[in-house]
Formats: sequence, structure tokens, C-alpha cells
Amino acid sequence: MAEIITDKTMDEIEILAKLHLTAAEKEKSRGEMQRMLDYVDMLNRLDTSDVEPLTHIFPVENVFRDDEVEESTPKEQLLANAPQEKDGQFLVPKTIG
Amino acid sequence: MHITDHTATELAEKIKLGEIGVTEAVKASLERIGASERAVGAFLTVEPEKALERAREVEDGIRSGRYAGPLAGVPVAVKDNICTNGTRTTCASRILENFVPFYDATAVKLLEDAGMVILGKTNMDEFAMGSTTETSAFAVTKNPWNTGHVPGGSSGGSCAAVAAGECFAALGSDTGGSIRQPSSYCGVAGIKPTYGTVSRYGLIAYASSLDQIGPIGRSVSDCAALLSVIAAHDEKDSTSVKRGDTDFMSALGDSPRGLRIGIPNEYLSDGLDPDVRDAVGRAAEWLKDAGATVDCFDLGLMEYTIPTYYVIASAEASSNLERFDGVKYGYRAAEYEGLHDMYKRSRSEGFGEEVKRRIMLGSFVLSSGYYDAYYLKALRVKALIKRAFDDAFSRFDIILGPAAPTAAPKLGTSLSDPMKMYLSDIYTVAVNLAGLPGLSVPCTVNGLGLPVGVQLIGDCFAEKKLFTAGAAIEAARAADGETRFTRPVSVCGGAEEAAHTGKECAR
Amino acid sequence: MKQYETVIGLEVHVELATRTKIFCGCRTDFGAAPNTHVCPVCTGMPGSLPVLNRKVVEFALRAGLALNCEINRYCKFDRKNYFYPDNPQNYQISQLYLPICHDGYAELDLPNGKKRVGIHEIHMEEDAGKLVHDEWTDSSLVDYNRSGVPLIEIVSEPDMRSAEEVIAYLEHLQSTMRYLGVSDCRLQEGSMRADVNLSVREAGSKTYGTRTEMKNLNSLKAIARAIEGERERQIELLEEGRPVVQETRRWDDNKESSHAMRSKEDAKDYRYFPDPDLPPIRIPDAWIEQIKADLPELKEAKAARYQSEYGLSAYDAGLLTADKALAEFFEGTIAAGAAPKKAANWLTGETLRLLKESEQEASSIRFAPESLAKLIGLAERGVVNNRSAKEVFAAMFAENADPEAYVEAHGLKVENDAGLLAETAKRVLDANPKAVAEYREGKEKVLGFLVGQIMREMHGKADPAQANEALRNLLSKQ
Repeated sequence: MAEIITDKTMDEIEILAKLHLTAAEKEKSRGEMQRMLDYVDMLNRLDTSDVEPLTHIFPVENVFRDDEVEESTPKEQLLANAPQEKDGQFLVPKTIG
Repeated sequence: MHITDHTATELAEKIKLGEIGVTEAVKASLERIGASERAVGAFLTVEPEKALERAREVEDGIRSGRYAGPLAGVPVAVKDNICTNGTRTTCASRILENFVPFYDATAVKLLEDAGMVILGKTNMDEFAMGSTTETSAFAVTKNPWNTGHVPGGSSGGSCAAVAAGECFAALGSDTGGSIRQPSSYCGVAGIKPTYGTVSRYGLIAYASSLDQIGPIGRSVSDCAALLSVIAAHDEKDSTSVKRGDTDFMSALGDSPRGLRIGIPNEYLSDGLDPDVRDAVGRAAEWLKDAGATVDCFDLGLMEYTIPTYYVIASAEASSNLERFDGVKYGYRAAEYEGLHDMYKRSRSEGFGEEVKRRIMLGSFVLSSGYYDAYYLKALRVKALIKRAFDDAFSRFDIILGPAAPTAAPKLGTSLSDPMKMYLSDIYTVAVNLAGLPGLSVPCTVNGLGLPVGVQLIGDCFAEKKLFTAGAAIEAARAADGETRFTRPVSVCGGAEEAAHTGKECAR
Repeated sequence: MKQYETVIGLEVHVELATRTKIFCGCRTDFGAAPNTHVCPVCTGMPGSLPVLNRKVVEFALRAGLALNCEINRYCKFDRKNYFYPDNPQNYQISQLYLPICHDGYAELDLPNGKKRVGIHEIHMEEDAGKLVHDEWTDSSLVDYNRSGVPLIEIVSEPDMRSAEEVIAYLEHLQSTMRYLGVSDCRLQEGSMRADVNLSVREAGSKTYGTRTEMKNLNSLKAIARAIEGERERQIELLEEGRPVVQETRRWDDNKESSHAMRSKEDAKDYRYFPDPDLPPIRIPDAWIEQIKADLPELKEAKAARYQSEYGLSAYDAGLLTADKALAEFFEGTIAAGAAPKKAANWLTGETLRLLKESEQEASSIRFAPESLAKLIGLAERGVVNNRSAKEVFAAMFAENADPEAYVEAHGLKVENDAGLLAETAKRVLDANPKAVAEYREGKEKVLGFLVGQIMREMHGKADPAQANEALRNLLSKQ
């Protein structure tokens, strides 16, 4: 059986994923995730003890750029989509020092 | 023949010969959009003025020889998760509702360099997560063949726009079948190229290791032509692959004689819809008639592809979508208390349900204590799946199978059970996991007037074989008297009428 | 009270002196107007992708080889996921599973001998942007200029036992990184940042105590104070029978105390996973050999050479090489024709004294090595005496004065008029019969006083040796 998804797990996921769920949403999500993980559990039927995890599908390696300056984005363009800006900077709620 | 009845390559040829003007073609597309968008709803953004201005520029460019490619002057549409400089790019998400990129995706730049004219941006499942285009935050896109049905997804807007004749070709993206499945539902041709063939720069990431941009066209040759335009190594994408021959058009005239076609037994299991089984059978017959060999075989591991896919894709998505936080762009909640509440409210209000579901799953499978059991396990199974395909391609040139278990389902019937929706990706996700190319080719039309396509899967970098076989299926289908794919249904009359009288109209 | 031992390990972030950022072509220059060295990549714009700067790998390899590390021939980047506004993607591209270097050491010269501090690993990562508090709106403002500036994080083993060892280790890293040319390592500007992991245990204990991590340490002095403060805090807790809590603390150097940085929103689960946007790096032998061959002469080798080649003392050689900029200045002065020992004297003496006085580093010396060589020449040829030379030097140090022009302008040339000197000497002797008498009684020391009187009469422009000579001449005649 898969891990049991508890309310505490859901609380932690809310913090990690920065989502806010109502009690009803949380309960629904908890059930859905539980069901999904139970399903994913079938992977354990496969013996993968001697298989390396495959992250990149092709053995491409050493992709570099040279240390050469490229033109930066004009500040006005960069900030054009900002929800709030001030003095050429992005304005956000106070961060704790 | 109406201008919009041409394929993209036909149109480009006539433009080159001076028989049709670029402005004329763009106007025809815009008129078609005006006539059918209410019924189809394929676009999120259409920019007529920009397109017409661009048409004049391209006309000059063609005259001066600057634009000499096989698709110069052709109006296209672009899926709304591909960045277009100065044009709103939303991923069909509230969280990006007003986002206007100040840069072009590399694929978009290549379209422009080839003298193509972008008409607008197409609807999709939010952040490409979904199989019906119904998770879009903004619009419902309908299947032009029967507007009571979905176009598929996530590139449903692009496929519907091509099918409805609103554009001559379109860009889509495919992370787990998002080009191939809606292409099958909409009766158009679409290919997910080998991973790394088309630059992902400017494609708003869902699952970086699986995402690929690909072309959607009315014919296999349009797909090949458009892929030739956008396939290029890009220094801005570290996973972009340097591959030599990207002149895919050259494969279209080749004979499929001697091609070894394999059909996985797993793909023809009892659960398969008879219409789809019939389509695969007919495609097999056509290919055999053209000189290919067709055999059934056991591919293996297919039941593991969906859990593997959802673990990997959700994990990457949970990280890729962290940047949508209400700080630099996009939606910020109106009310919040402090920084973290701002994050939470902006994201909860800005993302739709399916996106949140995958973000949560992804966050969980990467969290400490579960990383090995879920994420690494999935990467190990991915390695096994890749091996299974390697083995298959040592015996076959092409794997033939369905692109989806059924024809397009009815609107409003898919989202209630996410698990069931995930299971319908069974024929497509393995291709992304293994980085392979997959071509969806229209094949038959079922009793409801809905098209059914088949999928041709090739080994890495073997797109040309797919185009050869795809073109052969297309030719055989035409020879069989099956011409319906040139004429999308909904635009023959009103939407209501089209929904009921599709077949007659098509003939 | 029981005896306690302090156990310290450091996580040192070093900003690399590449021209461009780690994953994009934006400049890394310090001090530009906010959000002017930015692009879609370093601001986390949707659809942007990272491409690794080759130089970053080279610099990390240089640092690793100089710190005697093993190199992971196959290494990768991982994403470290956490939300904060200075982190535009809300994940930092870093290395967890396969860092580029591991298992090295730094050899420190301590007053009581040499000591090795183990290097656990060195990994490459991207820096974050800058947050400033805006009083008017009681909000924070984000500037992404620094976002994506390449960093290496050097993680030591818990091998240090005192603030002195920590300072020596940091100075060693600073010196090494500067010699390698990979970073200027300025604590104040943030191009070098140290987080201190500290625990205490009863002397003789073999197991480690619970450690805390301290951040926001902006100078060597602050680091020393923070170590003392945290050591005392932990011992106090243990003495009271209370546990030390494993946590991150922020040092406030004004208050000379630290406070825990706790938030329920900090999940502290970074969900590291390999970055799918960046292919792995494979480092072949040839690359390592090339880097090794190109490694510059480091501090220890240079100091040894200064002793053997120029006959300097170990102490002077050590002072000159402690800072790469000073060593380069020394070599430049020699190249400009100065005698090595003279050059060494000026640099280890007056130069270091004035630098310390003005709280500057050798890299900010305003005058050129050529100027110092000129001054040394003037003194050697007797054009100026030592006293004037120091005055000239002060002017060079303060305002980059040209030594020859300064001597000319201020009339500091030694008077070579033998007649004038003899005349003045006679006047001085006549005016100081008591001193003359003492001299005759064998008190040779008064000669110094008399020379001083001549210097005063001649406004410092006499050559002391010549003055001495003139006095002796007269005294022997009388």
C-alpha cells in the first residue's frame, strides 16, 4: 500500500506548494492523491534494483556558452508585467529581515 | 476552390506563383475565423491588424527573395503556451491572463524567419495539463467535426483551428500526447518530434524533460514542411539536439516498401473502441498494400507508462510552476496578509483545479522521504520503458497504434474523474518518456461523424520514416475515396447543423 | 565550570569573477542601477532556459584543485525549491547529489603550527537577487541584478575550534581565490559570504553537540564576535541543562547578539531533483590537466620563491604574499627596476601601515609600482633623505603624487653643497658647547642630536650621513 496521505501531509504540501485550500478542497485533494499514489504503487511490481534513474533521455553532455556579454533587457520591458513596482524594482510584501 | 481549402504547401506554392497574395490569404483566414469562431472557439487571441501588416511585409519579403521557403506567406496559429513578443501569452491560465512576453520563443522566431504570418494564439488545457482543452480558464473549444464534442487536448485550440480551416497550420506542444491525441480527434495531422529537435526556448514549461513543440497541419506534407522550418539546434536550449538532416519533405515521396511495421498486442486489447481498432486495422492494410510488412508483437511495460508519466511530469511541473507567484508578472491576489499569504492566495486563485492537483502530487513525490520511492522509482521505470522501445526498434522501423482509446468524447464528460482521464493517455505518454517521435495521421470517420486517427511511432530521429508511412496512409485513404479530411464539417453550415449533418456535408 | 570545546564548520559562498552570469549573458558588475543587468533567464520569465557558462566550471575546478579536492568527473545541477522573492524561479539551480569537487583540504599557517581544515565539497550555484526594505510602503523591493551571478559554495568539515582558526581559514580562502583570479572575495560587498555552523561539546567528548547555523556575517570582526557570542550562548544553555536547538540564527552585529530565523512557512524541504533543463557535465582528464597547467603560482610557492630568489625573510615574504594584489605590486616594483629588498621594506613597512590606518586593501593602492621604484631610486641616489622619502611616499599614497615632481615642488632635494653643510655644522657646534663637551667626554650619542640640529637648520634637506661626516671632521680638527 502506498503511503497514507494524512491531513498533516496536506498541510505540509500547502506550505511547500504555496497553495491555500479550503477544508473541503483539502479533503477532496487528500482523497485524490491517495488514489493516485495507490495506483502509482504498481511500479513496485517492477524490480529496478539494478537500473539507473534516467533523467536525460539522450547522453548529451557539456553544453556550455562562452563567457561573453549579451545585451540585457531594458528595465521598462522587464517591469511591464509586474503586478506592483516602485523605483525600477518589483514591489512585494515585506520580507522578514 | 476557396483559398482556405488549400493545404499550407499548396497555398505557399500559389503565393510563390503569384496566384494568391499573402494579404488575400490572411484575409481569407480572418474571414474564416470570423465565421466559425463562435461555433469552434479555437483562439484565445486573434490579432487581425498585426497579421495584415505582417502580410504586407511578407509580400515584400517574398518579392525581394528574403522569404523563399516552402511555407512563405502561410497564415499559422500558435498555441498559447509559446511566447510571442508583444502578444499576450496566457497558457490558458488566470495566473498569466495579462502576461505579454517581451521575447519570442525560438520556434516563433523561426516561423517569422520563414515568412509565415501568425494570426493569433490558440486555446489549450491550462498549462497543457488535460486531454480535452476543457481545463482552459478562458474558453471552451469545440470539435469542428461535431461541436458537441471536445477537440482533445491539450493542443485542442491549434488542432481545431486547423480542422476548421481558420489557419493553414499551427504549432502545438506535446508532453504526454497533447499534439497527437487532439490531432486524431480533429482529423488533422500532427507530430511530436524527437525530444530536442525543436527548441523549447520560449515554450512555457510543463514538464521540461518531456515537452516538445510540434507542427499540426491538414496533411502529412504540411507537417513535414512546418517541422523543417522549426527543427533547428538552438544555443538557448541546452537540451536542444544537433541533428543533421532536417529536410523532412524529402521523405514524403519515398516508398514505404520494405518498412517493418509492428503493432503492439497491448495496443489492441479488449478495451479498445471498435472504431479505433478499425482505424488501426485499415492503416495496417494500407501500409501492407504499399509494400510494408506488418506484424504484431509484445512491447511490454505499457501498463506502467501512465504512473511513470504522472509522477515525472507532476514533479517537474511542481517546480516549473513555482515561478508563478505574483511577484514579477501575472496574477496577484487582491487581498492578502504578508508575503506567504500573497503567494498562497495568488496561486490558489490563479491556478485551476487540474494544475493544482498536479502541483500537489509533484510536491509530494519530491518531498523528503518519498523522493526515492516515487520520483527515482519512476525514473528507473522510465529507463526500462526506453529499453523496451530500443528492443522494439531493433526489429521494427515503425510502431503502429491508436493515438487515443476512442474518438473525441462529448463536452463535459471527462473532467469529473481525473484518474479516468489520465488512463486515456495510455497510447501516447510512453513516446514522451522515451523521447521518440510520434505522428498522428487521420484515418477514418466514425458513425458520429468524428474522425479517428492512428499513431505512427518511430525510433529517435526517425521522423522521415514516419512521414513516408504517413504520406502512404494519406494517399491510400484518398484512393479509397475517403476525402472527408479536406473539408472540416462545422464550417459548411451553422454549428448546430454541422453537429448533426456532418457526414453529408463532408461528402 | 566544565571545559568546553567549540566545533566549527563553515559554508562559504564565493561570487565568481566571470564577466557574465552563470546561465545567461548578463553582466555581473557590482553596483549598477537596479534591474539593469537582467534578462528573461535571470528573472525567471516563463519559457526562459538556462545555458551554463563554461568559465564557471573552469573557475570551480581551479578552486577545487587549489584546495586539494577530488573532482567528480560526472556532475549535475539540481533544483533547490523554495519560495522567496529574491529567487525569481522560486528554485535555485545548485548541486546536491553530484557536486563538482569534494574531499579536499586547506592548510593553514597558525601561530602554533600548521593545521589542515577539511573541505567537504565545493558546488556551483546561482546567486539570488537583492531585497531592500522600502520605508514608505513598508514593503520590500526586488532587484535582480545579482540574480544568476555565479557562486561556488565551499563547505568545510567541522574542523575548526576557535574564531582565530576560522579567520585564518577565511583569509586562506580569500588569498587562494584571489591568486586564482576566480573571485575578489570581498566580505563587505558580499562577494564572499560565510555561514558559521557551530556546536560546543565537553572537552574530550568524541560526539558532536547540536549545531546552529549563523548567517548575516559581513566582516571578519563580525564573524569573530558571532562565534564568541554563540559559543557563550550554547555553553550557558548546557550549563542550565537546557538543549541547544538546531536552527538558523541571524547575527546582528550592532546588538552583538543573534536571533532564531523561524517561520512556519519555511518548510525546510527543498525537494532537490536533477534539473531537466541542464545536461550533465563530464570532465575529462585533459580538461583537468589544462586547468592544472594554467594554475597561477599560489601564496605558499610565491613566498618560498621570494625567500630563495630575493633573500627576503620568511616573515616579509609572508606579509607580501598574504594578499595577491600586494605580491603583484611587489613584483611590479621590481620589474620597474627597484632592488627587491628595498621594495619589500617599503611595502611591508609604510604601505601596510598606511593601508591598515585607512582600512584599505592592497588592491586599492592608488600609485603605480613604477612610482615606488622611482622613489626608491631617488633615495638610493641620495637625492632625498629617508625623512623626505617618507613624506613623498605619504603624498603618493594619499594622492598618487609623482615622486620626482613632488620632490621638485616641495624642494626636498638633499643639499649637496659641502660648503653650506660645513658652515651649518660649525654654527651648530658653536651654539651647543655643552654637547661638544659631552662628545669629547666620549658620549658619541650626542652626535645624533647634533645631526638633528643640522637637519633643522637646513629644513630637513641635508643628508644625515654627510652631516655626520661634517661634524666628525670639525670635531676632530678642533
